[in-house]
Amino acid sequence: MNQTTLHDTHVALEAKMVDFAGWRMPVQYDSLLDEVRTVRSKVGLFDLCHMGRLSIKGADAVPMLDRLTTNYCAKIPVGAIRYGLFCREDGGAIDDLLVYREEDGIYLVVNASNCAEDLAWIRSHTDGFDVEVTDHTSEQAMLALQGQDSQSVLQKLTKDCDLSSLKYYRFTFGTVCGLPNVRISRTGYTGEDGFEIYFPDAEAPRVWNELLAAGEEFGIRPIGLGARDTLRLEAGMSLYGHEIDTDHNPVEANLHFGISFAEEKGDWIGRSALEAIKAQPKQAIMGMTTDGKRVPRQGYRLFVGEEEVGYVVSGSVSPTLDTNIASVYVRVGFDADGTEVEMDIRGKRQSCRLQNLPFYSRTRK
Amino acid sequence: MRPEDRKYTKSHEWIKIDGDTALIGITDFAVNELCSGNEGDLVYCDLPEPDRELEISETFGEIESVKSVSDLDSPLAGTVVEVNALIEEHLEILCTDPWDKGWLIRIKYTSKDLDELMDAAEYEEMVSQEQH
Repeated sequence: MNQTTLHDTHVALEAKMVDFAGWRMPVQYDSLLDEVRTVRSKVGLFDLCHMGRLSIKGADAVPMLDRLTTNYCAKIPVGAIRYGLFCREDGGAIDDLLVYREEDGIYLVVNASNCAEDLAWIRSHTDGFDVEVTDHTSEQAMLALQGQDSQSVLQKLTKDCDLSSLKYYRFTFGTVCGLPNVRISRTGYTGEDGFEIYFPDAEAPRVWNELLAAGEEFGIRPIGLGARDTLRLEAGMSLYGHEIDTDHNPVEANLHFGISFAEEKGDWIGRSALEAIKAQPKQAIMGMTTDGKRVPRQGYRLFVGEEEVGYVVSGSVSPTLDTNIASVYVRVGFDADGTEVEMDIRGKRQSCRLQNLPFYSRTRK
Repeated sequence: MRPEDRKYTKSHEWIKIDGDTALIGITDFAVNELCSGNEGDLVYCDLPEPDRELEISETFGEIESVKSVSDLDSPLAGTVVEVNALIEEHLEILCTDPWDKGWLIRIKYTSKDLDELMDAAEYEEMVSQEQH
């Protein structure tokens, strides 16, 4: 089992630790629901050192990635970030990722659970391309600050970089906690404003503690993976192993913003399969709420009368909406906003209502 | 130390014999696994109707927290004679007092084979290993 450099810090904070994707990680420090509320109303700090970080340098980094990813890498301006996926030829998702376009290559943030497979997948497609692939996961820490006060907290510790000028899904480099060249991106997985920062791994405990101290006046709290999952579900964001996996393609998962069928991108792995699915999708992803007490869980089946029409892929109590929520796949034809369905919970039925995603969207300033 | 006036199961139920009936509940360890000490994280508890016949190891209910669902299994065979009606609306009782006010069901047992079950010291030992 891997541990992040912050493992002992989490234990000292009395976090409940769980095994996640091969890593020993904090699932919650406090009440999971209170942690969600903290991020929605103030600011929270996340240890994301388990996430995979890869760089691809060399003259052919961009063209090679345009063969492998769903998004159009050559179109990303230097300093910008886009969401994309690796897919198989049949359109099934191998992973989803963030693509950072740099002057001399690409930096990728991938899921911890898929990092080894991603690396193998990339390396098996480098023939004929001038590229150098490097795994930075163990040498770099990754932390996220999420919530409306993120900028105020991070700016207190950041020199030579005006965070207010850093736009959403852009990145830059600055001096944070005295460390030069820290990668700072305005990204996150919560639906709130926020930042993700990357710096030498050994500095993680110091930076973590300085961020908590700087955020004290704003009510900052450390946030575990449990609340992170609820936050992303409220915001309608996909999680690998739930909304997407090798059996669930990004078209039916409604991830069109991360897929480019532009002619100029050329052929890419999964393109023809995904085009065919787009022309004739079988199922659609939807949000679902329920007034019942039971929490939707992955795998619960959905019915209209006696007809099975779909299934739950993620579910949670939502403190923001004050109801139980889920993301579900339903057969095309049953995917209208407002459709009433019944969820089978281990033999008992609970009535639910479908709605368009996301459940929660931050009001733009 | 947990109460010594009762027996414990590997799945973290407790059984307290009271004449020809027995009270069944779940331990503080089980509650903590579900909600990590945050009573607000418990969301649902489903208990059986009175008169329900139960076999040994039969699932008689479910308890659910924000993060997971656990079955409640009967360590004894018998008939449910009473259900703690307070619990379904006041799950916080399970956090504050799992041993007395937090009992779940009372059953009139037809078999009382408690030898397979643990006493408090043995349960303590098992739990300390699970906490690793």
